[in-house]
Amino acid sequence: MPFTSTFIIPCSIFCGSKNVSEVNLFRTLKCYEGTRTVGHIVIKNLKKEFTNRRHVRRDQDDPNGFGKSIPVLNNINLEFEKGEMVCILGPSGCGKSTMLRIIAGFDTSTSGQVLIGGRHVKGPSSDNIFVFQHSGLLPWMTVWQNVELGLRHMEDNEEKKEKVQEYIEMVELEGFEDHYPYQLSGGMQRRAELARAIVVNPDILIMDEPFSGLDFLTHMKIREEVVNMHELFGKTTLVVTHDIDDALVMGDRIVVMSGRPSGVKLEKKLDFPHPRNFEKEAELRELRDEVFLMLGVSYAV
Amino acid sequence: MDSKNSPFILSLLAFSIVLLIWELTVRFSGWSEHVFPGPSIVIVSFWELIADGTLFKHSVASLFRVTAGFYLAMFFGIPLGIFLGRLETARLFLNPIIQFLRPISPLAWIPLSMLWFGIGDKPAVFLIFLSSFFPLVVSTTIAVSSINPIYFQVASNFNFSRSEVVMKIVIPAIIPEVVTALRLTVTIAWLVVVAAEMIAVQSGLGYLILDSRNALRMDYVMDGMIAIGIIGLFLDNIMRKLGRTDSAFWGSVA
Repeated sequence: MPFTSTFIIPCSIFCGSKNVSEVNLFRTLKCYEGTRTVGHIVIKNLKKEFTNRRHVRRDQDDPNGFGKSIPVLNNINLEFEKGEMVCILGPSGCGKSTMLRIIAGFDTSTSGQVLIGGRHVKGPSSDNIFVFQHSGLLPWMTVWQNVELGLRHMEDNEEKKEKVQEYIEMVELEGFEDHYPYQLSGGMQRRAELARAIVVNPDILIMDEPFSGLDFLTHMKIREEVVNMHELFGKTTLVVTHDIDDALVMGDRIVVMSGRPSGVKLEKKLDFPHPRNFEKEAELRELRDEVFLMLGVSYAV
Repeated sequence: MDSKNSPFILSLLAFSIVLLIWELTVRFSGWSEHVFPGPSIVIVSFWELIADGTLFKHSVASLFRVTAGFYLAMFFGIPLGIFLGRLETARLFLNPIIQFLRPISPLAWIPLSMLWFGIGDKPAVFLIFLSSFFPLVVSTTIAVSSINPIYFQVASNFNFSRSEVVMKIVIPAIIPEVVTALRLTVTIAWLVVVAAEMIAVQSGLGYLILDSRNALRMDYVMDGMIAIGIIGLFLDNIMRKLGRTDSAFWGSVA
């Protein structure tokens, strides 16, 4: 089995055992766990280019003409620690979502590597769950069936039911288990998707603009729930957002990307306690002004 | 006026007006009542046909052919549509052939079908199959290729196997569009069966109309037409109810 071989062989080196068959599988996993930092993300020299597939030529020397490659991500180097909430900001079109999708394994990079827990990202897996910007819930399944998605292979039916119910209650959707997504409001759909993501206990949670399209109050409420969930579960969370205040209030680390072809303009660890208060923390306030300026917005109005 | 009843009353009113116009046209036209009978005569012969069982017998024959051909078309057409929707090379390979065969009217296939299947139920079922197969394949292919790619990403995110993707993503996702396609296809199938029966068979509502015309019983001809209309309405109603089930309804709201 490929699974056991990737674990047993390196582990036998670490555990000092010459006879591989002597190494008990359980011990193997425990031994290997210690050397691998689950949820630790390293991005090295990441580059991504898209090929222009537009067929109609605009003009003779269009640099973005047909067949030409459009660079989107230019030499990104980042490192995120285990359990951090990382907020990625940037102007629209700069490739934040593209980078997220490469990390999640949905897209491949043109060059460079992404390492999660020390291993290269080969494709999507349930170790890093993606929460989509909209319509991530399967519309032909009820809330219950959606949340159950990750646990569908669980043999113990009772335990599965309890778990699903527990997480549905955690996101305050009890009573809506048999509703379909189209019967729920935007905020409730987001919550259901969160429950679905967390119930499988992923190493990493990736959220692409999780508050887009929500009204202000729901936005605030769900932001609070995401931060609370992070405090409770401590998973590495990557959030792409275009809202500067969201990033500064939620994040343990903030990354600001430049316009396309994008590089990292700013990367900073935020060591402020929750709840974050812009009035009380001068450093936070200055950072906020700096980021606003960096993104080209000065609020003289 | 009770808003629940008024649609019913309005349609009743519409039908009554049609009957009235029919009666008046018959009275004031130059044709004899054997050639163009009025509603009174037609309704009387309608009851005659019901009473001696001929209407029932022929309706059942037509319905049987439509059902058989339609199910065959669903059984072969929908999986083929899914296959073509998912595999680009398969689509590039088979699509031109399908698009070429599709515009050929099923009625043009009558000589060949009579050659291959003789006279009776089989050629009629074959024609129904043809008329339903191509629209179903095309609609299913389009439905599959327009599934929001996000759902496939969700599937890969949660480690779905290949068969799980087909059973839990592709099939539920296309049900709303397929149900719509089925509704349209049943209408076409019902049209075709009547035409097919005028040529190749000895029973069925199409045959009834042709036979009655040969016997110069125009009132029976119109009875046949009315029966066709009623059954067609009934088939459409069933399909509409299908579109209201949970697995199909989400498509019309999303």
